[in-house]
Amino acid sequence: MRKALLPTLVIIAGSLLLIRLFYLQIIDDTLKLKSENISIKINYTYPERGYIYDRNGELLVANQPSYDIMVVPRDVKKIDTLEFCKLLNITKEDFIKKIEKAKVYSPLLPSVFLSQLNKLEYAAFQEKERRFTGFYIQKRSLRDYQIHNGANIFGFINQVNEKIIESNPYYKSGDLIGKQGVEEYYEEILRGQKGVKYIQKDKFNREIGSYKEGKFDTIAKQGKDITLTIDAELQKYGEEIMVNKWGGIVAIEPKTGEILALVSAPSYDPSILVGRQRSRNYTSLYNDSIAKPLYDRGLLAEYTPGSPFKILTGLIALQEGAINDSTTFFCRRGFRYGRKFMRCHCSGGGVRLHRAIYQSCNSYFSQSYMRLINKFKTPSQGVDVWSKHLQSFGLGDFMGYDLPTGRRGNIPTSKTYNKLYPNGGWKSTNIVSNAIGQGEVLLTPMQLANFMAAVANKGYYYTPHVIKKINGSVIDKKFRTKHVTTIDRKYFKPIIDGMFDVYNYGTAKGLGVKGIDICGKTGTAENYLRVNGKRIKLQDHSIFVAFAPKDNPKIAIAVFVENGYWGARWAGPITTLMIEKYLNRKITKVDFEKRMLTGSLKAQYQKLYPRKVQDSIARAKDSITRVKKIADSLAKIKSIDKNSLDKDKNKNKKKDTVKLKN
Amino acid sequence: MKNQSVSNNIDWMSIMIYILLVIMGWLNIYSSSLSTAAIDTSIFDFTQIYGKQFLFILISIPIIFVVLFVEPKFYEKFSIIIFAVAILALIGLFPLGKTVAGQRCWYAIGSFTLQPSEFAKAATSLALAKYLSDVQINLKHSNRQIQALIIIFLPVLLILPQPDPGSALIYFSFFFVLFREGLPGWYLGTGLVAIVVFVLTLAFENSWIVIAIATVALIFNYFRSKLIERNILASGIILLLISLFSFSVGFVFNNVFKQHHRDRFNILLGKDVDSKGIGYNTNQSEIAIGSGRWIGKGFLEGTQTKGGFVPAQHTDYIFTTVGEEWGFLGSVFVIGLFVGLIIRVIYLAERQKTKFSRVYGYCVASILFIHFFVNIAMVVGVFPTIGVPLPFFSYGGSGLWGFTILLFVFLKMDANKVNEW
Repeated sequence: MRKALLPTLVIIAGSLLLIRLFYLQIIDDTLKLKSENISIKINYTYPERGYIYDRNGELLVANQPSYDIMVVPRDVKKIDTLEFCKLLNITKEDFIKKIEKAKVYSPLLPSVFLSQLNKLEYAAFQEKERRFTGFYIQKRSLRDYQIHNGANIFGFINQVNEKIIESNPYYKSGDLIGKQGVEEYYEEILRGQKGVKYIQKDKFNREIGSYKEGKFDTIAKQGKDITLTIDAELQKYGEEIMVNKWGGIVAIEPKTGEILALVSAPSYDPSILVGRQRSRNYTSLYNDSIAKPLYDRGLLAEYTPGSPFKILTGLIALQEGAINDSTTFFCRRGFRYGRKFMRCHCSGGGVRLHRAIYQSCNSYFSQSYMRLINKFKTPSQGVDVWSKHLQSFGLGDFMGYDLPTGRRGNIPTSKTYNKLYPNGGWKSTNIVSNAIGQGEVLLTPMQLANFMAAVANKGYYYTPHVIKKINGSVIDKKFRTKHVTTIDRKYFKPIIDGMFDVYNYGTAKGLGVKGIDICGKTGTAENYLRVNGKRIKLQDHSIFVAFAPKDNPKIAIAVFVENGYWGARWAGPITTLMIEKYLNRKITKVDFEKRMLTGSLKAQYQKLYPRKVQDSIARAKDSITRVKKIADSLAKIKSIDKNSLDKDKNKNKKKDTVKLKN
Repeated sequence: MKNQSVSNNIDWMSIMIYILLVIMGWLNIYSSSLSTAAIDTSIFDFTQIYGKQFLFILISIPIIFVVLFVEPKFYEKFSIIIFAVAILALIGLFPLGKTVAGQRCWYAIGSFTLQPSEFAKAATSLALAKYLSDVQINLKHSNRQIQALIIIFLPVLLILPQPDPGSALIYFSFFFVLFREGLPGWYLGTGLVAIVVFVLTLAFENSWIVIAIATVALIFNYFRSKLIERNILASGIILLLISLFSFSVGFVFNNVFKQHHRDRFNILLGKDVDSKGIGYNTNQSEIAIGSGRWIGKGFLEGTQTKGGFVPAQHTDYIFTTVGEEWGFLGSVFVIGLFVGLIIRVIYLAERQKTKFSRVYGYCVASILFIHFFVNIAMVVGVFPTIGVPLPFFSYGGSGLWGFTILLFVFLKMDANKVNEW
């Protein structure tokens, strides 16, 4: 027994040690991670972001060097804080706050202390850098905008947030990422691939050489340059014209679907989102909830399209055989359906398709639409056929263009109305305002421009896009695929003829330019705002769609000016100027130009969104009593809606007896 | 008639393990000290730690030859004189020793230092073997026990005030030898109970809980008596002693121990874990070993080793390099070598024909075992931090030579056993 003790103990002790080692080395996997965190430092080299050019090869966005001051909190020794703060123009409180923030992130790892210094600030700091131990400068490349326009197309560059870091392992704290516009959509192409260098550290956090002789290191890959379809000159002109107006302009080359200009107003100079003032500027842009400069109205604003929609009503009615180009409807300066009366501003009498378009006859298109719907056994079928045709123009859905934001718009179907009239019984008369683009239909300016391009092409379109070239290689196949509409080519001719005469005898008489055959259509859309449960009628929107030249269309355009009274007042002249600018590069309509450039709708917007309303909204956010009041008013609104719905239902019953003339 | 030459009778298996351990130790020292040296220096650069270790290894070779050349009778005859020289050397440290990092453990001759406590282990082993080999000696008698304990604790008394608690701890390994040679079991039993009570008292921070456990254990023992006799008085005395010990542990721990001693225990018991302060050593050592996974990061590829994160890595923490660069498999191999060597020495000791060489062999095995276990247990974080080197592995001339002499004296005795009739 005495002999056995020591050998037994040796075996037991050896086994115990092996069990412990097995636990440490195989089971507990946090230790390996800890080891990597402690002993390996990763250095990134950031490639330069790709440049952005316009369709004519003009450089729009380049890069400039910028300098971030980094801090490793643990290394910060006693420094002359006063001098430091003075040099960088920050307060002592700022200094303490930033250091604390960096400490919270990690006392050992570098974090950004102050970002995006310009060259002068950099030079001043660099001179004294060695006196500020713990701080060092990291070079980065920032955007350098060559033009002051196109902010909504480019987007901007942002530091990645926690969410992005978590969801995408490529990005590390402090990295930059493109937000909005092509910077976001083509982020991976523009940013390139950052280089990684693993560095072995010792216990003093000193670098003592590369890890594994650089076996895992990678070299940074340069970002690719991209060429946009945007015409910088046209874009600039469009933005200048839209100064002091709210709205959007979308211009497309019909034959290719290339977006020539995408104007959203109000806009901002993209260069204000670069440099040290960036976050302040961004905050003020972001907080402007009334004018919404960060909101791309060309892509996001869903408007009632108004009269331009009549073009589609006409095309579908022709296609479905509800009318032909000699069908005549009688217009009594308006159109009575049921108890409602829709005013019309055409010259009245017997109206055929041609005049119906150039004079924008409400009666004609309403009656065509009703005839179209009534052709089918049930209104549901009719609406669905109509809806299908519209969808073939890319309406009612995201269009698949290469910008990261967008809205579907709204193209109602039978489902929409079954929901609105849960007891059924809706008829063509209930939905007739769709005929003139005034009902449930909503389109974005991009969708307006796209259907105009399809009309210009007599029945096909390409998905609109802003990318023309990525460093020489061909663009995505989806932008080279022809989409054919469900309307036969022959039905476009009468419509286009009518649109041509809009300029000769119609609603846009006097807006034309000598030498350019423009086909267009005015639009004036009613719009309402709900304030405290009341439906307030606001000033109408001014809309215009057009393409030119008539025989060989090179540009299709949609212009939308919020609260611009009527189509020919603002949107019409702007359309003309844009078309002339693009096709001739010279403006002959100097009087138009002067009026549009200097004209302002600011007073109008101030009237619409008075400070009082804004203030009350702001206050409501804060106080609970206000919230209660809002709840009350909401209840009121609901009851009002209910009442009006009930009324509508009653009307439906009455309408059954009404016979319509056609 | 058997061949009497040393090379034919010496235990080559032990020598192979010895050579493997020494070479692996040197390679790991090279890896662990490379970070602080220039990258391009040769592994034989004598200005560097690994170069010096190479020199120490070279010097071991003539030492081995001398040890093997000497007649085994010499060790037996002169064991008391050798022991006396060792004791004198330890005493001499007080006036003549060199103080390094607060410890007065070294004689310095120029830049060359010697640590007598490393050689004292072998000397004490010889003395103990000599004392116990006397046919008159029976460890059942208490005055014999006291005499044996005097031999063991004389060097301990001289080593503790240096202070070098690690080296002093090693001398407790001789209890295994005494037990093997007939020391009553209650010595080890008491030691075991004391350790258990000590750990439990610190873990629960309350002596009453420990006393309660002890009471339950004693009652259980009383009714199913196996270990100690069914004697209410004896049980009561044992309980009283345990209680006193437990209270005194609390008192000593809080009032006699210095803060860094307390911290070392607290780390193990999972209290006050402060990985940046006192817990740094253990924490870094566990990270280094744990990051090795199955096969390790490869020779000279250990990131923790290169970064110099583990303190005293080339001496007491040398095993972290094995764990990090050679992984679990490498660790298993090294532990296997140690266990193999110790078992082999025990086996050889048991087959000795004289009591002297058997006792000495047992001393060698016990010393190697305590060194090996305490060192690696400390490195993997299951034993308090204490300065005990890993035999043959850790950097240091005195240590290497001390262990070499310790082992080879026994191998010489073993090789000579054919002549002992």
